[in-house]
Amino acid sequence: MEPILVFPDPPPAMLAQTLDLGGYAWKAVGNAAIATADEPADGWAGAIIVTDEDPDGALSLCRSLRKRDAVLEPLLMLVSGAQLAELGEREDLFDDFCLMPFHPQELEARLRHLLYRAGRGSTPELVAYGDLALNLETYQAALSGKPLDLTYMEYELLKFFATHPAKVFTREQLLSRVWGYEYYGGARTVDVHVRRLRAKLGEEHANLIQTVRSVGYRFGQTRAL
Amino acid sequence: MAPQLEYVLRTVEERGVRFVQLWFTDVLGSLKGFAITPAELEGALEEGMTFDGSAIEGYSRVQESDMLAMPDPATFEIVPWRGDDAPVARMFCDIQTLNGEPFGGDPRNVLRRNLDRAREHGYTFFVGPEIEYFYFRSATEPEPLDTAGFFDLTHTDTANELRRRTILTLEAMGIPVEYSFHENGPSQHEIDLRYTDALSMADNVMTFRMVVKRVASELGVHATFMPKPIAGAFGSGLHAHLSLFEGDVNAFHDSGDRQGLSKVGKHFVAGLLRHAPEITAITNQTVNSYKRLIAGYEAPTYISWARNNESALVRVPSPKRDKESSTRIEFRSPDPACNPYLAFAVMLAAGMKGVEEGYPLPEEATNNIFEMTAAARIDAGIDLLPQSLSEALDVMEKSELVVDALGEHVHDYFIRNKRREWNAYKEQVTSWELDRYLGSL
Repeated sequence: MEPILVFPDPPPAMLAQTLDLGGYAWKAVGNAAIATADEPADGWAGAIIVTDEDPDGALSLCRSLRKRDAVLEPLLMLVSGAQLAELGEREDLFDDFCLMPFHPQELEARLRHLLYRAGRGSTPELVAYGDLALNLETYQAALSGKPLDLTYMEYELLKFFATHPAKVFTREQLLSRVWGYEYYGGARTVDVHVRRLRAKLGEEHANLIQTVRSVGYRFGQTRAL
Repeated sequence: MAPQLEYVLRTVEERGVRFVQLWFTDVLGSLKGFAITPAELEGALEEGMTFDGSAIEGYSRVQESDMLAMPDPATFEIVPWRGDDAPVARMFCDIQTLNGEPFGGDPRNVLRRNLDRAREHGYTFFVGPEIEYFYFRSATEPEPLDTAGFFDLTHTDTANELRRRTILTLEAMGIPVEYSFHENGPSQHEIDLRYTDALSMADNVMTFRMVVKRVASELGVHATFMPKPIAGAFGSGLHAHLSLFEGDVNAFHDSGDRQGLSKVGKHFVAGLLRHAPEITAITNQTVNSYKRLIAGYEAPTYISWARNNESALVRVPSPKRDKESSTRIEFRSPDPACNPYLAFAVMLAAGMKGVEEGYPLPEEATNNIFEMTAAARIDAGIDLLPQSLSEALDVMEKSELVVDALGEHVHDYFIRNKRREWNAYKEQVTSWELDRYLGSL
């Protein structure tokens, strides 16, 4: 298994000891830049972020790990009792948490559970297609790891396409599934948004959304199954 | 909270946006705005931001100066030129009075009102503009960067780099570009935007002008939308391709017609032609605009329509075969210095008047009108567009159609402001007069 990312650097001695005793490979990082620079070729196995000493640094690191093309999961957060109240607003930033001071057995059990679940494959919050990645939790889209700046309806349309690849949809279907109501602009609205999306995807990826003559649109390549 | 608002708030947090610019437009078509921090954003989206409108051209008088800017979350975009370090976003705003009424002096509201009126008849209004402009070495002298001509592929100059960066920036902001090329004049360029609904397009034109100028200034060049910067060269127009859709059906299309133009399309053209003089002050709002509307430079001067005649005021381009959605008409008089919200509003009002009243379409101008004698033109019933800003204001002032389309606030302010502009111009003694008269008289 690849090492687990641990923050801060150095981590609390108790955490280091627990991980070592549990036989986990781990590496401490001080910020997002180092997290990227030190990342193993196959990506971090997960992350344990201690937030009680430097809450701002910890949250900013979580955010940066979560908005990447390949969102880092699982992420276990170690928080102080005083921070519990704020957790509700940050739910997308972690997969589970542990209260400080932690009990080594609890931490190990949670970590084992998280890694097991993550090992079963991608989570529904992340949709990936080729170079394109959408984080449904944070509304963020990225192409080859570079954020894609979309308006709300552009995002909704791309999300629909990316979650239904290789199927052909008529403009009317897209209108009712994405806009969800009798939108006044009619099917022209779909064309206009597809053009905007293609412009933002750029020349190289504009053909992700293909026009199917006299029918509508299809996302992605047609693959022989 | 509405998902659209949540999306905006979330994106600001996720992307670490530091400032959100709130954009709006004054009556004369200048882009205005102020920036707020993310902390203020939620309140701004829900309740609007108060600002002092007395400093904005054509907004309020001093005693009623406070207004509300209500950001339109559908227009939220990250501004690409600020980089990723401290991203900046922008939203267009609708302006309201403090008690929440749409403000009569806000051009975006003026256009919205006219679009709503067309909607009551079942129509959505689409616009695709071709925008021409010049690059000069500075803002003080119209010194071109090159002397290339129409469609010339130049590769040694910075103009290509300018256009390339401009297009990439536009596309990153969700403004798709259809064509771009070197125009007739020296250092003159044209960028055609893909058609979209008129409100988004007016927003796009405001963004477009900002992007073109900004990219140019980054490379030490001045971009200008002045309609006629060089005497004897082509001027810059904003040819507007217009269409009405009834649901998904192009209301201008009729495959049984020789021009492919439906009854609605013909009445719309007739409305534009009949009311063209009244709306010209809005589509061509500067003294300089009328130096472009002269014979010999492919700009319209006569009120006529044709299928393929570059001197006609309204052109009906041939639609692509089997593509009825591309049926449209092209209104050729506007210039890129116009206020796009007001210009689209009066074009729509003129065309819709023709549709509502069932105006008959005059005969197509078949031969080149410029070659006809004055008498032949009068016989053919072909009138001239207003010859100066002053003439255009005279016609506009009496136009019920324009008061109705713009509302009294904008109409009155516009006339007052532009009369002042004309009077200031009238006081000038030009170099042409000195050349012509000083020696001989």
